[in-house]
Amino acid sequence: MPEETIGSCTVKRLSILDPQGNADEILLPPLRGEDIRRLYELLVLSRTFDGRALALQREGRLGTYPSILGQEAAQVGSAFALEKSDWVFPSFREMGMHITLGYPMHLLYQYWAGDERGLVSPDDLNILPVCVAVGTHIPHAVGAAMAASYRGDRNAVVCYFGDGATSKGDFHEGLNMAGVFRAPVVFICQNNQWAISVPYDHQTAAPSLAQKAWGYGFEGIQVDGNDVFAVYRATRAALEKARSGGGPTFIECHTYRMADHTTADDASRYRPPEEVADWRDKDPVLRLRRFMTQRRLWNEEYERRVLDEATAAVDEAVRRAESAPKPAATEIFDYTNAELSPRQERQRKETG
Amino acid sequence: MPQMNMVQALNLALRQEMERDPNVLLLGEDVGRDGGVFRISEGLQEEFGADRVIDTPLAESGIVGTAIGMALYGLRPVAEIQFMGFIYAAFDQLCSHAARIRSRSRGRFTCPLVVRTPYGAGIKAPELHEESTEAFFCHMPGIKVVVPSGPYSAKGLLAAAIRDPDPVVFLEPTRLYRLIREEVPEEKYTIPLGQARLAREGDDITVISWGSMVERSLKATEGYRVDLLDLQTLSPFDEEAVLASVRKTGRVVIVQEAAETCGFGAELSATIAARAILHLRAPIVRVAGFDVTMPLPKLEDHYIPSVERIGKALDEVLTY
Ligand SMILES: Cc1ncc(C[n+]2csc(CCOP(=O)(O)OP(=O)(O)O)c2C)c(N)n1
Ligand SMILES: [Mg+2]
Repeated sequence: MPEETIGSCTVKRLSILDPQGNADEILLPPLRGEDIRRLYELLVLSRTFDGRALALQREGRLGTYPSILGQEAAQVGSAFALEKSDWVFPSFREMGMHITLGYPMHLLYQYWAGDERGLVSPDDLNILPVCVAVGTHIPHAVGAAMAASYRGDRNAVVCYFGDGATSKGDFHEGLNMAGVFRAPVVFICQNNQWAISVPYDHQTAAPSLAQKAWGYGFEGIQVDGNDVFAVYRATRAALEKARSGGGPTFIECHTYRMADHTTADDASRYRPPEEVADWRDKDPVLRLRRFMTQRRLWNEEYERRVLDEATAAVDEAVRRAESAPKPAATEIFDYTNAELSPRQERQRKETG
Repeated sequence: MPQMNMVQALNLALRQEMERDPNVLLLGEDVGRDGGVFRISEGLQEEFGADRVIDTPLAESGIVGTAIGMALYGLRPVAEIQFMGFIYAAFDQLCSHAARIRSRSRGRFTCPLVVRTPYGAGIKAPELHEESTEAFFCHMPGIKVVVPSGPYSAKGLLAAAIRDPDPVVFLEPTRLYRLIREEVPEEKYTIPLGQARLAREGDDITVISWGSMVERSLKATEGYRVDLLDLQTLSPFDEEAVLASVRKTGRVVIVQEAAETCGFGAELSATIAARAILHLRAPIVRVAGFDVTMPLPKLEDHYIPSVERIGKALDEVLTY
């Protein structure tokens, strides 16, 4: 018997908008001028939110904070494709997704200042609390997607995580089950090239993360994660597929973490400044602005207005977050269980 | 004698153990190039090479699982879990394998492994970065649990843990990493596992504590005449030292950061009740964390046993 090839995997990469702002006309999603402006405004708002968070942290007004700088297009572009009724299982570095879906920014600040109340998703959104234990939420997204199928809902489920999370057992178990049960779930992996100090090539020997989906029997695609159009297009297609019974998709957003891992980290200890400089030229906001300039969707006056509005919104969010009443000590008990045990009641009295 | 904080003491212990025994190697997330997020392994990759100070992918079960394999083969791996809240993925490996391989193979294979991890609250860190769930591991026969409370004990206990023939979970109180400086001998030394340390001596009360709470208990017992026992090793713990002190004082306050219910204090209480109850002059009092999900930074101070709460307990047993 000769050896035969019983399968082979091709890995696709989608990019639409290049760093100079030139777009592939055929692949460009059918977005109106106002949608494109909205995307731009969300990118700017996300970046403004993030810059302020870093400043607040330096002043001791926020706790440890993970910057999204450089990853805005991966987050805004994907979330822009979602319906409000979809379910989202985030990791901890997707504030651009929150902002795009309309999650109140003051709650985000409250959370990163160390206040549980910032995790309370508004009733019209199904965004789960930030998942700090890397990758452990992946099976939950699959289960929620199976539940949506079971109920016959048209909702899709989106799960965000980083390149580091793909090394976890939960990633394998979750993706395998998604494939087996053809769950309506979209995995959005922000491959920002680093997991704290561990670079991509130390995280996996695979040349792409997208190809991992092949092993689970469903489609994986790499997109230029700094290209908001490519991210949007791929996510939309994956969501449509999920809603119409086509099963899961894995989207690898190829992007870069421009900042330190968190405010508790110093990336200069482990990564070369030239690498960071290279990626600066691929900036997601800059490239959309270049595109819009070509299309006469952008001018200085518009820029000023967008920045002013973003700054005002962020100012207001900070004000609201910081004027929230201090939580009472007894609140540490309030949601431990639906009902407190007699022992917890006794302990609660001790704090109050 | 040089002054060191716990970070420096642990770093020195690792360096000296690696120099002493070529079988000792380190693995974990960010332990190499970055020297560990708390810098415990700072400089060690440069000194010993990337195949001996191994930056792993982000995979706790993988880290502990491969470390078990190395230990079975004869190495002495020291695995780092970045924070105790992320050790749970490795729980299966620890409980189903590390803890039992000696027994399952009737001694043919053993697992001389150390799993180090920072634990405990008080650093205003994100969720799951402040866990104190040592009792889970104390419940597992086959695993030793060691908790230093300062730079001196950290260095000697870590060296002993690395030389120990069985798996050791080594919990480092994050809040104390840089808080305490004390004299630490430059030369190698070990502190035997299973022995408590008398951090303060007195006749009225036996205060039993470990790790992060020893520092608080020292503050709280100032002006009181207490035996302050720093257990150092929780499993196996120094029963005789506990009982001898209780027989002397007749009053017991246990201070643990972990949630009250089924914490290690419960084991201590039961042991004292079983073997020294007739010496007690007051009920045993536990000062513990509350039975709640560990709060985020805004509320964490309400969770952690405070000097005041410990003081109240001291007065309670004295005036009973
Ligand atoms: C299970 C687990 N292990 C370790 C950590 C500590 N930690 C926080 S983020 C991080 C790296 C995550 O990398 P990646 O998944 O690529 O996400 P990124 O931070 O790059 O967004 C690590 C090791 C954690 N939060 N959870
Ligand atoms: Mg990453």
